[in-house]
Amino acid sequence: MWQTPREQWDMSLKIEDNEVDIVIAALRSNLNTFLEEWRTFFSNFHLIIVKDPNLEEDLQIPPGFDHQVYTKSDMDRVLNGASINFSGHSCRYFGYLISRKKYIISIDDDCLPARDNSGVIVDAVAQHISNLQTPATPFFFNTLYDPYRQGADFVRGYPFSLRDGVECLLSSGLWLNIADYDAPTQIVKPHERNTRYVDAVMTVPLRAMMPFSGINIGFNREVLGPALVPGLRLVGEGKQRWETIEDIWSGMCAKVICDHLGCGVKSGLPYVWRGVGSDADNAMDSLKKEWEGVKLMEEIVPFFQSVKFPKTAVTAADCVIEISRMARENLSSLNPVYAQAADTMEAWVDLWKGD
Amino acid sequence: MDWTLRRRGREMTAAAGKDSPSPSPVRGTPLLKDELDIVIPTIRNLDFLEMWRPFFQPYHLIVVQDGDPSKTIRVPEGFDYELYNRNDIKRILGPKAACISFKDSACRCFGYMVSKKKYIYTIDDDCFVAKDPSGKEINALEQHISNLLTPSTPYFFNTLYDPYREGTDFVRGYPFSLREGTPTVVSHGLWLNIPDYDAATQLVKPRERNTRYVDAVLTIPRGSLFPMCGMNLAFDRELIGCAMYFGLMGDGQPIGRYDDMWAGWCIKVICDHLRLGVKTGLPYIWHSKASNPFANLKKEYKGIFWQEELIPFFQTVVLPKDCTTVQKCYIELSKQVREKLGKIDPYFTKLADAMVTWIEAWDELNPSGTAAQMLNGSSNGK
Repeated sequence: MWQTPREQWDMSLKIEDNEVDIVIAALRSNLNTFLEEWRTFFSNFHLIIVKDPNLEEDLQIPPGFDHQVYTKSDMDRVLNGASINFSGHSCRYFGYLISRKKYIISIDDDCLPARDNSGVIVDAVAQHISNLQTPATPFFFNTLYDPYRQGADFVRGYPFSLRDGVECLLSSGLWLNIADYDAPTQIVKPHERNTRYVDAVMTVPLRAMMPFSGINIGFNREVLGPALVPGLRLVGEGKQRWETIEDIWSGMCAKVICDHLGCGVKSGLPYVWRGVGSDADNAMDSLKKEWEGVKLMEEIVPFFQSVKFPKTAVTAADCVIEISRMARENLSSLNPVYAQAADTMEAWVDLWKGD
Repeated sequence: MDWTLRRRGREMTAAAGKDSPSPSPVRGTPLLKDELDIVIPTIRNLDFLEMWRPFFQPYHLIVVQDGDPSKTIRVPEGFDYELYNRNDIKRILGPKAACISFKDSACRCFGYMVSKKKYIYTIDDDCFVAKDPSGKEINALEQHISNLLTPSTPYFFNTLYDPYREGTDFVRGYPFSLREGTPTVVSHGLWLNIPDYDAATQLVKPRERNTRYVDAVLTIPRGSLFPMCGMNLAFDRELIGCAMYFGLMGDGQPIGRYDDMWAGWCIKVICDHLRLGVKTGLPYIWHSKASNPFANLKKEYKGIFWQEELIPFFQTVVLPKDCTTVQKCYIELSKQVREKLGKIDPYFTKLADAMVTWIEAWDELNPSGTAAQMLNGSSNGK
């Protein structure tokens, strides 16, 4: 029952570079700056670059990366008529599906490496891997945050039987500079920049829901892959992050599924530097589209609060099917997007299983 | 969405804020010097106050002297304070004094009981002013006040932490109906230098120091328990004080170093039930003294085993709907402690009795009814 820190460390996984794919959703054609800035950290990994089907220009990719590009024709071939919309930010989900690796790391193509408080450039890839490699602790909150980090531990009063932790399936990173705000907040605070580098990773506790941002993530594709589903599309979904909600929906799915499977989700480090200009005028236009998303959240949150899985749901795929059934039953009368989400989730699981 | 949640949140914020000053504009945090007492347990001296002088001098101190009452505790000049030793505690509480621990810093909760202020800040006498990464001295009290005066967000985790801090906000996807938050009743601060580890971890890592300044305050989500440390802690005495009982520890008791833990588990289940918030994170203080790990092991030994049963107990506690005040919640909790934990050890039966005694003593010393009783909308006026 009493384990030394060394024993705890030995229980952590060791993730090899060849177990990881980095998935990049290319919403812009020129990836030169993005990939050059990330070169040091991406160079040991295979990249899956998924081109937004609505993007017409050819992608510009600098040489020297081990990569594969996927386009609309690949999607059409794999989908074979299934009704899943991979356009815009959702194109990355195709990358998650097509990968054969155990782990995925995905970063938006408008984000560059950040610097920490000492000015050192952050290796976001290594941090996600570290988060996934070390256990999560969802059953009891540790006030010194991640106890597996160097220089920290479980505090007095933390039950020993919970110090093994559980496997971390999802690592949700953050953003300096342009934070991931919704349209109304962007309009009210057009000049606010996130300059606070919070040097912490923490497990999001059991049953706590969170607004999961798809901008900077890592996850265990093997276990959780089906849960990261491009289910919910806004009617007017656009290319600005504040015009989307697909990651929020898939994140809520992933969290309730992790809770059910007895696994963990971490939030915090790593940071990336998000450089998209936040034009308040654009945000104003987006408000018309995203207001729909803001309203939907009021229905989505109580829905996920009430999600319960039967004991027979033992995989993420089983759970996604359950969620789609419950969404169809409880939400589709409120808004047609939910029935669409249910259809997409079922089609997604079929694709996942068929792969 | 449960719209009553938002309305209730507003009612509670209104009830809580009824007699407190509205927070000052973004720049300054109000001093609250007539609204807040600083409670310090000690057995030696209060020299540490010299370092805190610029920050603490405006406030009234309540010193709870543990150990030998014939010893004189030296309080530095210029502080406004009242001091209680064991004789005072016996004189004031009579037989009920048995619920206040002796030879353990848990005695500090006597200070909460005798205070007449809305807020309490409690700090250990080996805690000093820390510096932030820029080298600036941290005004811990100011940060605690800021934490208490801004809402908590227990129903949905904000990935950018406390959305009410300057320079941050709720992130995309955070439901608007939950953005009013709930009243914050506890602000749990942290420590640089000597971390608050249990004896086993101290023995294995005697040299580890907490050097990581995590620049965040966050709400502990509803349904999550946490290990509350009493070294650097502030709370709304009116809204949660009577649940801040630090248990039976020290002399004549089979356990020590679980006083704040016990209080933390109790207040968290009550806060979750009454829709109140608990924050953790900033401010940091500098914890200078590492206690003897062998002595600690002796004190904690039983706790380490007992907590394996206590945690599932607290995780599954259900407080009935008619527990609409903190007192009622606490009495109900004491019943469940007696019923379900009494079988682990007779200590818990004694503790359940002490919990009831504590509430009786609290109500005697605080007879006019507190804002906690207004939580359900019925107003006693104040």
